[in-house]
Amino acid sequence: MSIPIPHLVIVGNGMVGHRLTEQLRQHAGPDALRLTVISEERRLAYDRVHLSSHFDDPRPDLSLATEGGYREAGVAVVQGRADAVNLTEKTVQVAGQTLAYDALVFATGSFPFVPPVSGKDARGCFVYRTLDDLDAIRDAARGARSGAVIGGGLLGLEAAGALRKLGLDTHVVEFAPHLMPAQLDAEGGSALRRTIEGMGIGVHVGRSTQQVSVDRDGRVTGLDFEGGTRLDADLVVFSAGIRPRDDLARAAGLSVGERGGILIDDACRTSDPHVYAVGECALYDGRVYGLVAPGYQMAKVAAVNALRDLGLLDTPPAHFRGADLSTKLKLLGVEVGSFGDAKGVTPGARSVSLSDNVRGTYSKVVVSEDGRVLGGLLVGDTARYADLLDLTMTGTPLSVPPETLIVPPLPGGAVMTSADALLCSCENVRESALCAAIAEGARDVASLKKCTGAGTGCGGCVPSLHGLLQTELRRLGETVTNHLCEHYPYSRQELFDLIRVRGHATWDEVLAAHGSGLGCEICKPAVGSILASLHNELVVAPQHAPLQDTNDAFLANIQKNGTYSVMPRVPGGEITAEGLIAIGAVAKRYGLYCKITGGQRIDLLGAHRDDLPAIWEDLIAAGFESGHAYGKSLRTVKSCVGSTWCRYGVQDSTSLAVRLELRYRGLRSPHKLKSGVSGCTRECAEARSKDFGIIATERGWNVYVGGNGGVTPKHALLLASDLSEDEVITLLDRYLMFYVRTADRLQRTSTWLENLDGGLEYLRSVIIDDRLGICAELDAEMARHIGTYRDEWAAAVSDPAIRARFRTFVNTDARDDGVQWVDERGQIRPADHPHFYPLPMLGGD
Amino acid sequence: MTTALTIHPPIPWTRVCALEDILPGTGVCALIQGQQVAVFRVGGRVYATGNRDPYTGANVLSRGLTGSYTAGGVTRVKVASPLLKHAFDLESGLSLDDPRVSVPVYATRTEGGDVWTGSPA
Repeated sequence: MSIPIPHLVIVGNGMVGHRLTEQLRQHAGPDALRLTVISEERRLAYDRVHLSSHFDDPRPDLSLATEGGYREAGVAVVQGRADAVNLTEKTVQVAGQTLAYDALVFATGSFPFVPPVSGKDARGCFVYRTLDDLDAIRDAARGARSGAVIGGGLLGLEAAGALRKLGLDTHVVEFAPHLMPAQLDAEGGSALRRTIEGMGIGVHVGRSTQQVSVDRDGRVTGLDFEGGTRLDADLVVFSAGIRPRDDLARAAGLSVGERGGILIDDACRTSDPHVYAVGECALYDGRVYGLVAPGYQMAKVAAVNALRDLGLLDTPPAHFRGADLSTKLKLLGVEVGSFGDAKGVTPGARSVSLSDNVRGTYSKVVVSEDGRVLGGLLVGDTARYADLLDLTMTGTPLSVPPETLIVPPLPGGAVMTSADALLCSCENVRESALCAAIAEGARDVASLKKCTGAGTGCGGCVPSLHGLLQTELRRLGETVTNHLCEHYPYSRQELFDLIRVRGHATWDEVLAAHGSGLGCEICKPAVGSILASLHNELVVAPQHAPLQDTNDAFLANIQKNGTYSVMPRVPGGEITAEGLIAIGAVAKRYGLYCKITGGQRIDLLGAHRDDLPAIWEDLIAAGFESGHAYGKSLRTVKSCVGSTWCRYGVQDSTSLAVRLELRYRGLRSPHKLKSGVSGCTRECAEARSKDFGIIATERGWNVYVGGNGGVTPKHALLLASDLSEDEVITLLDRYLMFYVRTADRLQRTSTWLENLDGGLEYLRSVIIDDRLGICAELDAEMARHIGTYRDEWAAAVSDPAIRARFRTFVNTDARDDGVQWVDERGQIRPADHPHFYPLPMLGGD
Repeated sequence: MTTALTIHPPIPWTRVCALEDILPGTGVCALIQGQQVAVFRVGGRVYATGNRDPYTGANVLSRGLTGSYTAGGVTRVKVASPLLKHAFDLESGLSLDDPRVSVPVYATRTEGGDVWTGSPA
């Protein structure tokens, strides 16, 4: 290693500067690139977007970077303000030392603009930019009664929210005739104003502040406006916009814009080829971007190009092409969305709006002459934001009158969405890009991921990618295989039938008869699940354990740091005081984090693998059993209190929920199964968002199937009405077993039902009219499942060989020192990992 | 998505466990001089890699599902991390998603029913 390692220096450690270190380290480790950041603030990078939450109780940790994390990632930190940059010698002066660089990046951010009014520097005047600013505001608020924010834009309203949290009588002063003039029109501004005034915040628009008045001690007393009016205030916060911090770059001789900002090209390069600028200090195409999302895009672009220049990367150069300024955010609890040509300035544009002075909502769409959405505004309710933004970005011609886009949806009404749907929102990949990749030869989800990036973030869109791939290949006339994986040339349904008909009982038999190779992480759990559905043998038995995903292998849900969560079954959500105390005692004994789930039970998180058997011994002794929260199996049957307690209830929903949960517990299926039972039409158990839901009627029960929450919410469809409890059970037995037999791997009931040829009618003909003559078989299969059910945790803790598998290390009793906790709101949570994760995009929502 | 930043000092040859302590097709984790080593029993052979999943930073690879894959006509063995299912070649340690990412691999041998691992000579 005699070749010197190139050195990249970043001036500034705000959100964008920090993102840049992550982007650089993604491609180049410390052995390839020396990385130094200069941080002026004593705190390393933190989340400035959620600054006002600094006054929340408990106070959240806003930090994005830590010294330990940087140390581990080989990022050197120099504390101090950079004094000078010498472009010829390629050096930076900071804190009395000279740093030589091979590449330099300005990420110096911005400073708050303070209008030049007299008294602006008086005691009691503040800006709103850093955590130090916030601490100073909090100290001053102790002796203050009222506070005024100058600036009624996005940042000003954020600052007003902060003052309100400090208990001050809060006022917002805006020079323009309405609030948020950059984003909203007059009508939207007044809708927002009404709601904000309703919270007790004073709004003063169309006011020009002449001076900050001060008392004899030089302390703020209020604001004097042009025209003679005034506002008393003990504290004044300037939040009237930002200005790029370009002084260092300017002094170094880099080109800057007339009104400030370091000039960059679409490679994020400045006028010096070895120097880049990103974030709010940069001026691109005449514009300074004051939002974090464009800053993150610049960081990505600058990282690629700088590494290319240093010979560390050979991918094609990256380009910044400007950013869409559409925003959706929550200010003072009010949702505001603004996108595209929000004000309708395009010639010939037509604006359609709807305002509701009681709900405090205002919606507007701007439509072009030829009927395409150009932009719009949403105040008070931004539920339609994503759909409308999508229509704007894709320019899809409208097939419905524009007013229907902003009218609150009628129950059951269809929503118009664009033809080119956004499938992966993490990586911003649309259907068209995926179809193009398929046309160019991508034949599986893995290659789609590789060439488009879709599905590489949270992974939530992978099922949609799979569906799109199938449809698109069929459209292109290609043979579509729904083979499980390279080891089995069968679909899950075909394999299920082969195993059922031939009576295979183990993986080895199935692989020898129908598969090849050693299997993989796709076919092993699929076969494991089929064997469990058919034979209901213990999934952790030695012949089945190697097939199970870690959740089924250890009968608990793995979490991000490798520990597990534990969830005992609480049928129907009904639990005794003793039960609650017992769960609490276990949580306390093993130091677990507790959370109430949406399925009406209690999740205990942070369990070490080697504690799981002991935890379960305690839970079993208290009368609990496995809740199968880890399995592709029945999770919970949620219920309301029904006619036993509720004055509206017409049937005993809790008892039915308990009966159903105990009946179907442990049933292994292609995907997880959720259910709910509501005691009247008010539907408090949200049964229609479940795989099977039951809603009470005056005469009995209505059964709904194929509902889903999650990625693609879907209301369950009515399968049969006014049934008795026993009729409900017969119908559900068959429905579930038919699903278990015929669905694809990881296919929820909603998509299964959608793809079932003949749909709901066909389902009825099979499980009610017995058109295929299989009802007796389905009934028998369910009876066998129920007859052979046993608590798998009770079985696991009583078998020493199974318990031995829970040891962290096979050769010592030590524990994983990679598992570390920090305290949050009085409980544990995993310490942020010292390495880099891709952070979610901040600043929009 | 991070490159391997941790340095892996060599480990001495160490007896890990009895071969029968590892269910065929699965892995176990051993602690050797402070380092976590995942030891797998796949297709009649024993493989060893680092236990840390470089994509998530969690020490979980020994709990991944093992299997085989075919690339360029050659069948090789792999393990998929239980967290986000990134797969690694058990012999080379290379990520199947991104060849710039890898996990360390160690040599193994079985001797009289015992499994041993150590840094390659």
